[in-house]
Amino acid sequence: MGVEGIGARVARKEDKRFITGAGRYVDDMVVPGMKHAAFVRSPYAHADIRKIDVKAAQAMPGVIAVLTGRELKADGVGNLICGWMIHSKDGTPMKMGAWSPLAVDRARYVGDAVAIVVAETKGQARDAAEAVEVTYKERKAVTDAVKALGKGAPQLHPEADNNLIYDWEIGDAKATEAAIAKAAHVTRMHIVNNRLVPNAMEPRAALGHYDKAEDHYTCWTTSQNPHVARLVMSAFYNIAPENKLRVIAPDVGGGFGSKIFIYPEEIVCLWASKRAGVPVKWVADRTESFLTDAHGRDHVSEVQMAFDKNNRIIGLKVDTIANFGAYMSLFSSSVPTYLYATLLSGQYDIPAIHANVRAVYTNSAPVDAYRGAGRPEATYLLERVMETAARELGVDPAELRRVNFIRQFPHQTPVILNYDAGDYEASLDAAMKAADYAGFAKRRDKAKKAGRLRGIGLSCYIEACGLAPSAAVGSLGAGVGLWESAEVRVNAVGTIEVMTGSHSHGQGHETTFAQLVSDRFGLPVDSVNIVHGDTDKVQMGMGTYGSRSGAVGMSAIVKALDKVEAKAKKIAAHLMEADEGDIVIENGELKVAGTDKSVPWFQLALAAYTAHNLPAGMEPGLKEGAFYDPTNFTFPAGCYICEVEVDPETGRTEIVQFVAADDFGNIINPMIVEGQVHGGIAQGVGQAMLEGAHYDPASGQLLTASYMDYTMPRADDLPSFKVSTSNTPCPSNPLGIKGCGEAGAIGSPPAVINAITNAIGNNDLTMPATPQRVWAALKAATKH
Amino acid sequence: MSEVSMVVNGRKVSGAVEDRTLLVHYLREHLGLTGTHVGCDTSQCGACVVHMDGKAVKSCSILAAQASGSEIVTIEGLANGADLHPVQAAFKEHHGLQCGFCTPGMIMAATDMIRRHPEGLDEATVRAELEGNICRCTGYHNIVKAVLAASKTMAKAGKGKARKAA
Repeated sequence: MGVEGIGARVARKEDKRFITGAGRYVDDMVVPGMKHAAFVRSPYAHADIRKIDVKAAQAMPGVIAVLTGRELKADGVGNLICGWMIHSKDGTPMKMGAWSPLAVDRARYVGDAVAIVVAETKGQARDAAEAVEVTYKERKAVTDAVKALGKGAPQLHPEADNNLIYDWEIGDAKATEAAIAKAAHVTRMHIVNNRLVPNAMEPRAALGHYDKAEDHYTCWTTSQNPHVARLVMSAFYNIAPENKLRVIAPDVGGGFGSKIFIYPEEIVCLWASKRAGVPVKWVADRTESFLTDAHGRDHVSEVQMAFDKNNRIIGLKVDTIANFGAYMSLFSSSVPTYLYATLLSGQYDIPAIHANVRAVYTNSAPVDAYRGAGRPEATYLLERVMETAARELGVDPAELRRVNFIRQFPHQTPVILNYDAGDYEASLDAAMKAADYAGFAKRRDKAKKAGRLRGIGLSCYIEACGLAPSAAVGSLGAGVGLWESAEVRVNAVGTIEVMTGSHSHGQGHETTFAQLVSDRFGLPVDSVNIVHGDTDKVQMGMGTYGSRSGAVGMSAIVKALDKVEAKAKKIAAHLMEADEGDIVIENGELKVAGTDKSVPWFQLALAAYTAHNLPAGMEPGLKEGAFYDPTNFTFPAGCYICEVEVDPETGRTEIVQFVAADDFGNIINPMIVEGQVHGGIAQGVGQAMLEGAHYDPASGQLLTASYMDYTMPRADDLPSFKVSTSNTPCPSNPLGIKGCGEAGAIGSPPAVINAITNAIGNNDLTMPATPQRVWAALKAATKH
Repeated sequence: MSEVSMVVNGRKVSGAVEDRTLLVHYLREHLGLTGTHVGCDTSQCGACVVHMDGKAVKSCSILAAQASGSEIVTIEGLANGADLHPVQAAFKEHHGLQCGFCTPGMIMAATDMIRRHPEGLDEATVRAELEGNICRCTGYHNIVKAVLAASKTMAKAGKGKARKAA
């Protein structure tokens, strides 16, 4: 590696603009003639829309247009769709209810968009939105997925009887039942994975601009995948053909999954721009974000884990109910199936697994992928059960895991995935050492003397990342391929632009992707520019989620770099009258190995473009593109250990140390990887101790719809983290990298809850473990 | 409408605004200073922190009219020309930002915090004082590191200046 190559802690190139206030987010964009939008939203969780009277609103100061769902439908704008087909175990396709970008006859959750107002100023648009008179007839609502499946529950969509979207299974039911029947011990648990709101700090926003002269649309949007947005808006929502629609995702202030999906607002802003004849900008306020951003998690599961007399797991049976909210969001169906149930083998050699998953409509915000997406739910379930089993069996939780680790690779699990490489014991040992696991008993005794309850908890996670081999996901129902594209454009003076289909919204791609180029050609990262987030500049891409930008996005860049390098060497060999095989590239020069002959990189680039002296038949220029389709998922894994102290008087819990030992394969920039882990852990600790989206069961109102009500992790809720990495390189991609974006959020919640339950001596604790819940669980445990 | 006039980043500005215009909207929409961000509606997230007469304030909880007559410094006015302010430099060096959205508010809050603690800062104090600024990306780990480092750098520079003056 060079000082700026692979493995170097290069400070981020993009930071300059962010620390000086020069970042460009959607709300910072101004287009001449631009006006402002506000949405009229349903205040009811479930209601028929009887009448919409816009007259008073239209007469308000500054109002340009008030538009409703009927006009949108009349213009042929399509319904929102879920792009991953899942079939129930009886062979029937999932039951997708209609989701109009503006509700026409019925609103199905609080916040469902009913109309849009366009006005001169944002304030005027909001005032007028309040003056739109909608006559609702309220219906009974249900926000709890288990209740929504029950007899007599309110019905959301005519397409889905009993609110059931699908009833799906994976694995071998018979073999699993047989294992449970003959087990020496079975651990049974009821596991709830609490509902979360992703809460990227930048609220969602959209700016739609219809250019009448060109019959062309431009959409600036807070997206993790602008090309997918364009594809879906063209192919399904009938906004415009792809060549008439440009989607730009400029600087985006965090996504965590919530900005993967195409939402009603960007579609409506584009449509309204044509209707009203002005560019239309909408920016969510925070409560709108709480109400309408896709939420995460919300699973209820029953689990049985069977052990033989040697404490080896012989079977795992899981029954999960997943809350999908009022409509099926873009990738919602894949989350509790192929991103969840396929991970139920964890790091363990389990011969028989069966999982049943029911997806359910409720009168709540749509639920879709949130950092980890399915994998945190699988990890939480497994690792809670492992810890509980260890307590029931009277063995050390670390040792129970050790006995059951997979040790031979590749390993075929009973739930589709084929793990390619890993060393789970290495992460476990590293974490135990960093946490001084052996010294815990002493620390616990010392805390006890001070009147505090100290507990320690482990979590050994695995995730499937680098999403994903296109043919494999296609066979499982995905409507898209999950490859990535790249184009490496060497300019005539040797500077380089890399166009990538990945999108950076905090991940630091502008630095790490440049490090790949720097490493290859020995050029400074400052001579490399990473271009992303604009469908006019980058031909096609699948975007950033599922920890895929490294394993898939960078692999595409590597493939394009291979082609650039090959052509550059051909030109260099020709210029220096040497053999192509003797050319090496070092420190920005192309050299003939073993001689003092060399051509500087910039001169080589110039030669490619002047084309005065190229090998016979060679095209001028130096620019290559590539598509990379992964051959397997990647499998980051690791071990997290959390140590807590609980105040028995108040239930207040403090994390006294948090250790993460991850195996991400090869690493491009350790500084950025550590930052990803820190952020992920904070979100996982948030889920475990602080965060939870709560709907009032009777009215369906979201009770946690602001930062006054939904507890975001703050600096004083968290400790500094001890993070380290080990490395079993990923064999399936050219860089040997596995991905690191989601690990922290996946691995940490069970470690925290295992630590708290260890401290209080009661396994019965649900997330978030607020002081009140911890106190109650502690009282329950000490009652007898 | 209200007539407002103030000094923003060393430049005198004035104009007429709707009475309900918040300082943050005046900065962003009237002056084009979009480095100051809006991340919530309840004065909780701190993305909008600027300095008003030398003190950190949440510009979403002050009317532009209330700020009339005062001196405002935003993230755009913190660096000295091409030289980054030590807090800006520390955020970059210690990877104290990811998506960058909370960063201007964090930096403005941290600068004020360091000014109020000439005796120096420790981790617990930094964490407690950052309570009014939410970051969803970094887990605060590197933000805390950056603030502590900047505090040290500025203390050293302050001593250097004091010696020179003596």
